[in-house]
Amino acid sequence: MSDSTAIAHGAEAGAHHEHPPYQRHHFETVNQQFDATNFAMWLFLLTEIMFFGGLFTAYLILRNWYYPAFVEGSHQLSIFWGTANTTVLIISSFTMAMSVWNAQMRRKSALLLCLVLTFILGLVFLGIKGIEWHEKWVKFHVPGLHYSDQTFLNPASDHEVYAEYHDKPLAPDMASKAQQYFFLYFAMTGMHALHMVIGICILGFMIVRAKAGAYTSGHVTFVENFGLYWHFVDIVWIFLFPLLYLISRHQ
Amino acid sequence: MSDSPEHEQHIVSPKVYVAILLALLTLTATTVAASYVEMYVFNAVVALAIAVIKASLVVLFFMHVKYSPRLTKLTVVSGLFVFLCLISMTLADYVSRAWGRW
Repeated sequence: MSDSTAIAHGAEAGAHHEHPPYQRHHFETVNQQFDATNFAMWLFLLTEIMFFGGLFTAYLILRNWYYPAFVEGSHQLSIFWGTANTTVLIISSFTMAMSVWNAQMRRKSALLLCLVLTFILGLVFLGIKGIEWHEKWVKFHVPGLHYSDQTFLNPASDHEVYAEYHDKPLAPDMASKAQQYFFLYFAMTGMHALHMVIGICILGFMIVRAKAGAYTSGHVTFVENFGLYWHFVDIVWIFLFPLLYLISRHQ
Repeated sequence: MSDSPEHEQHIVSPKVYVAILLALLTLTATTVAASYVEMYVFNAVVALAIAVIKASLVVLFFMHVKYSPRLTKLTVVSGLFVFLCLISMTLADYVSRAWGRW
């Protein structure tokens, strides 16, 4: 704090209002600056809603078109891993919210702890996602690269899933549409994971900056706005989880 | 703008965050449990309703919209409104052209 006031006083006296060094000249007050950047962040998130919204709409339409193939495709996902990942992500949203609070309270070591926990939970999420993706590769369920209709032409050949769902064999033209389910599965979870990767990189940057005390001297905008991004990614998963994993269990 | 009284940035207490965390975890358990109950078309309805409740809790409390200026609230609501318009227009197109005849 002491050096920040020194800089503000050191500027040409009378040329502009006294303000903390993190306030840009074109803002009247720190609060105005906060509201403006917050507004900008929300506008960015709205474009993200439209982006993921396109994928969700495609899923909605194709699931209705190729219903039997999408139902049997989603029987391939593990509800256990999906639930675990949902829990991990919700807890990471909580630790992110606590990061914002610790930054506001200027508690540096608690802020660092919360940021590191968020960082680790993000990596755990990606690890679990990796386990699930690996299983898709092993079972020839990666469209375009490593794919076979076998599971859907002859569901009994997949003992584990068959024991739980007793899926009926699909006609060859419908069975081939299961590939579209996996295409959307990878597009949606992949785009979500890409957002997680970007978020984790920014978290790493924030941890370094937080160690230097950047966010605990009254300027919390960056932490607050990154929090918005992280929670947004959480919300996308909150919708992906039931749509991909849960709603086809009984169909 | 400069003459208007400053609104302080609202600081949400950790108690609220903990309550929201517990609510989100409970709702996750509920939606998983509900998926094991046979409800025909209502499986999707219930799952989506719970997802909407969870997302609302995150937006209102974790993302501080409940405590934000009206501009933020208007931005969020208008964004969702435009999103719903786009989805319903797209669906109207698909439903009215070839639904059931692909």
